[in-house]
Amino acid sequence: MNPLQILRIALRALTRNKMRSFLTMLGVIIGVGAVIAMVAIGEGAKARVEQSFAAMGTNLLIIMPGASTSGGAMGGFGSAPTLTWDDVRAIQNECPSVKAAAPALRSNAQLLSEEMNWSVSVQGTTPEYFIARNWPAELGTTFSQSDVDVGTKVIVLGATTASKLFGPSSNPVGQTIRVKNIPFEVIGVAAKKGQSPMGQDYDDTAFIPVTTFQQKIQGGLQKYMNGTIFVAAQPGEVAKAQVEVTALLRDRHHLLAGQDDDFSIRSLAEIAGAQAEGTKTFTTLLASVAAVSLLVGGIGIMNIMLVSVTERTREIGVRMAIGAKPRHILAQFLAEALTLSMFGGMIGVLAGTWAAGYLARQFGWQTLIRPDITIIAVAFSAGVGIVFGMYPARKASKLDPIQALRFE
Amino acid sequence: MAERPLIEVRDLVKVYKMGGQELRALDGVTLTINHGEFVAIMGSSGSGKSTLMNVIGCLDRPTSGQYFLHGEDVSRMSVNKLAEIRNQLLGFVFQQFNLLARTSALENVELPMIYAGVGARERKKRATEALERVGLGERLDHTPAQLSGGQQQRVAIARALVGRPKVILADEPTGALDSKTSIEVMGLMQELGREGITVVLVTHEADVAAYAARVLTFRDGRVLSDERREPVRAES
Repeated sequence: MNPLQILRIALRALTRNKMRSFLTMLGVIIGVGAVIAMVAIGEGAKARVEQSFAAMGTNLLIIMPGASTSGGAMGGFGSAPTLTWDDVRAIQNECPSVKAAAPALRSNAQLLSEEMNWSVSVQGTTPEYFIARNWPAELGTTFSQSDVDVGTKVIVLGATTASKLFGPSSNPVGQTIRVKNIPFEVIGVAAKKGQSPMGQDYDDTAFIPVTTFQQKIQGGLQKYMNGTIFVAAQPGEVAKAQVEVTALLRDRHHLLAGQDDDFSIRSLAEIAGAQAEGTKTFTTLLASVAAVSLLVGGIGIMNIMLVSVTERTREIGVRMAIGAKPRHILAQFLAEALTLSMFGGMIGVLAGTWAAGYLARQFGWQTLIRPDITIIAVAFSAGVGIVFGMYPARKASKLDPIQALRFE
Repeated sequence: MAERPLIEVRDLVKVYKMGGQELRALDGVTLTINHGEFVAIMGSSGSGKSTLMNVIGCLDRPTSGQYFLHGEDVSRMSVNKLAEIRNQLLGFVFQQFNLLARTSALENVELPMIYAGVGARERKKRATEALERVGLGERLDHTPAQLSGGQQQRVAIARALVGRPKVILADEPTGALDSKTSIEVMGLMQELGREGITVVLVTHEADVAAYAARVLTFRDGRVLSDERREPVRAES
């Protein structure tokens, strides 16, 4: 008997009891469908998190000054100014894995346009910042090095800030706004960046040259910079850049071996990794719940196959009498179980894909069908068919032909 | 040297163990059946005739003794080898026909050839011929439910014939048929006998045994008598 004949015999037996075959398959259909849909939802959530981290920049390192100690009470990171302007230049110039390094000083300030006002965190920075964060201007331009050198009173607005001050889809380039009562010319609006993974709006901000910030907002020139340094690593070299920057700053700050860093470096890749881990756990959990239902489907197949073997005992006897070997009988029943589970699996893939699409439309969820998961699910359902079909098939193949022929 | 008998059985013993008790279904049976014989095995229930039939039919193996079929010692063959012997040398006809339900006559007759590995075209050709041979050439597509008892038994005979066996084993072939169709079926069996196929018939009815040229009577697992006589001819 060739596989095609076995398959034909199996199909014939299954189509004789269409309703029963369908109900048996339903277990597998639901199981596989659930796996596909659940994984699609999990993967969709993961992709969404990944996108928001990509907006933030996964090749980004954020360097903050160290903690201060006053009378035994430790301040948090950033409470003691330890980073200098020279540190920023040194990172930019001496670390080969660093693409761009830029300082970011922050201060909350009230911004006034002709008609409206809006309070934002104003950042004083350098042109490198826009490179480091891959954040170009949507309208107009960002400021240049000469703006920083001279300390011109120009401002680049975040997309949200621009729409709050000038209304949505307006072009404020060339307009004048006042920051702490000092007039600034709007030279650009930064491209929309979206939300941080924590839900903070990146676009609710404004940028001015760092020198202007020090003179007009902060007041006075200082040796230490009271802010953070954004460092963008060359593609794929975040870890290397972190090592280089740490070594450089320890050297510049004259820290001895064994002494703690007086600064801290946060890598977004780490945070992104932790988040991805979280969604992975979520996906695994969903997938295992779905896998359990697939297992239940398998038990359903075993149950029906056992019933079928009992019902067809006489048929098995006749087949044996006219020359079927035990392996022919085994193959026949195994093929039936396999056909049920494989067809169930394939219909389940369609059902799961449809369900994922439906949920995506209905709830605005992002879903992602992974081809490898689809193949695994069908293969797994075939495995379920073989495992749970084996016992009934063996039972059938071991029947005594005389007993089987006499069976009523 | 004389040709060896087709079926040769020596000191055949079959013991069943039932709840600690031993039941000797066959108790030292020795007999030979030659090519082309039409033999009826008679006896009341429990006489051992069905057990002998099962052993001859290679469905069961004896506890002791030897059984040569077509010159081969089949009494110690493996399950797989016995399946091949059944497929190639034997044809079965049962009291309850035992056709596959919801399956056409043609496909029922094709079944033994599927296990023999015969190609699809050849299968269809031979199955059609076999059904024509038993007078059902017009009903190839009918399922058992669409056929009368006699017709179903003819399909079963066609199925037994199609593998070109040496022996046809018929276990109460007329047990489920009325007397008129019984005669038709027995007539068909006699025709097969005249064509050179050996027929072994198990029955407990003397009327049916009368169609055979040789009657073996069993009692308590032994051969009680072995008579040869002029068979009754079925008018068919």
